[in-house]
Amino acid sequence: MEIDPFIFRLSIFILSIFIGYFVVWSVTPSLHTPLMSVTNAISSVIIVGAIIASFSSLDGSNISFSNMLGFVAVTLAAINIFGGFLVTQRMLQMYKKKEKKKNK
Amino acid sequence: MSANLSSILFLITGVLFILALRGLSSPETSRMGNFFGITGMILAIVVSILSVDIFFNNLIYFIVALSIGGIIGGIIAFKIPMTAMPQLVAGFHSLVGLAAVLVAVSAYYSPDSFGLGTFQDIKTASIIEMGLGVSIGAITFTGSIIAFMKLQGLMSGSPITFPGQHYLNALLGILIISLIGYLIVNQSTQIFWILIIASLLIGFLIIIPIGGADMPVVISMLNSYSGWAAAGIGFTLENTALIITGALVGSSGAILSYIMCKGMNRSFLNVILGGFGTDSSASAKTVKEEQKPVKSGNAEDAAFLMKNASSVIIVPGYGMAVAQAQHALREMVDKLKKNDVKVSYAIHPVAGRMPGHMNVLLAEANVPYDEVFELDDINNDFANTDVAYVIGANDVTNPVAKTDPKSPIFGMPILDVEKCKSVLFVKRSMSPGYAGVDNELFYRDNTLMLFADAKKMTEDIVKHLD
Repeated sequence: MEIDPFIFRLSIFILSIFIGYFVVWSVTPSLHTPLMSVTNAISSVIIVGAIIASFSSLDGSNISFSNMLGFVAVTLAAINIFGGFLVTQRMLQMYKKKEKKKNK
Repeated sequence: MSANLSSILFLITGVLFILALRGLSSPETSRMGNFFGITGMILAIVVSILSVDIFFNNLIYFIVALSIGGIIGGIIAFKIPMTAMPQLVAGFHSLVGLAAVLVAVSAYYSPDSFGLGTFQDIKTASIIEMGLGVSIGAITFTGSIIAFMKLQGLMSGSPITFPGQHYLNALLGILIISLIGYLIVNQSTQIFWILIIASLLIGFLIIIPIGGADMPVVISMLNSYSGWAAAGIGFTLENTALIITGALVGSSGAILSYIMCKGMNRSFLNVILGGFGTDSSASAKTVKEEQKPVKSGNAEDAAFLMKNASSVIIVPGYGMAVAQAQHALREMVDKLKKNDVKVSYAIHPVAGRMPGHMNVLLAEANVPYDEVFELDDINNDFANTDVAYVIGANDVTNPVAKTDPKSPIFGMPILDVEKCKSVLFVKRSMSPGYAGVDNELFYRDNTLMLFADAKKMTEDIVKHLD
């Protein structure tokens, strides 16, 4: 009997939850704010859905209701992607080690 | 691009995102991690564009949409002050939620272009996944907007409760589940939209009863929701990158919520049911009127104490951030170090308005991260320390959390500043913290209260250190 492809996706999902669990526990608490901003940025990978929605077309000429929703979703996801990664970068640049004394 | 090739590339995107989170295990590797994240995102966007049929008109609109979003996002990222990170993150979560809703609605109206069947005849599995995705997305959207408004001060941080609230929420929850089930037999537009409206409503209702002080839990929880929404859409679109990412973000948010709850010794359910702790109302009830003697001092006394100490631990709280005292604090520490005083910082898990917020604020003030310690790493050092400088923190130092089982904060892990030889509290008044509990440390012989604005007091101390 053939296995439903859904089962494969479910397996990926469950295993990813475990990966997330272990990876996130190893994140140092001082970086929890960047963790939130970066998870926010990567969850905007939902833009792949927005791209399909933007280009979905029956006849290739008219902009449909679905296309318009797609464009709005692309805009929202783009705010998140650029905003999320850049603000994370800005924060991470601030984390500096103790300056070593010059005479040593 | 063939479906197999694009699936493999989406898998690589997922792996890059895992590496992005992995990088955050230390500040040295974190920038590399962010680079992996950006690479993964670019890959995902390029692969999706190559996988769809491009129509010229749509391509132009797409580029315009991407540019507008990119410019807005870029400006926000560079302008936002670090104290406003909590509301920024809440705002961003609402956008993920709304994007998930829009994608699901688009897929509902044009299922053929997503390969899910035809209008109102969508595959059973897909319609369930779509229903879940749109519902969680809508809850994330309205919930995050309320969280944003509370954090930004656009609405009061105090809990909004009304009779029958929990029943209404339970009823709406049952309605949402039933509607998703009903979509299997009847995919009418009315059902679909009622589902969306009910979800938007419950997102609003579950956040309004939660007090401002519980916001660290709420933001983490909404972070988790935005991940599950993405995963729901990932199942609908049969997209591996979205499923992996959704799972990562979902578990990340859940772990952060757990850490925050533990830091406050509150159960998750207790926070969600809400109605606890506001900045003003809770404190009014429990303040005792008895007058106990308090030693108060000025900047000169504090400067003298710290200058002659051999070690000082600084305990910053949200009050420090509100007063914008972090830069003055850094200046004070520099002066102390010149006097050969050993200085470190102790951070409580729930200091600030979001997980790790205080660390970012200190990093912004150029405090090296290897001088900043978490509760477990520094708590034993207080006993060997001369002075604790508590600035804008209160409940997290209150020994009553260990001694009085009746106290609302009993069981909460605290920083043992009481073990220091002397304790300096910078506070504006004697008012208790948000838990509304009197802090017995204020009345001890070795405590010196410094009544002033955190920034002004620290600046004054800096002057007296010369």
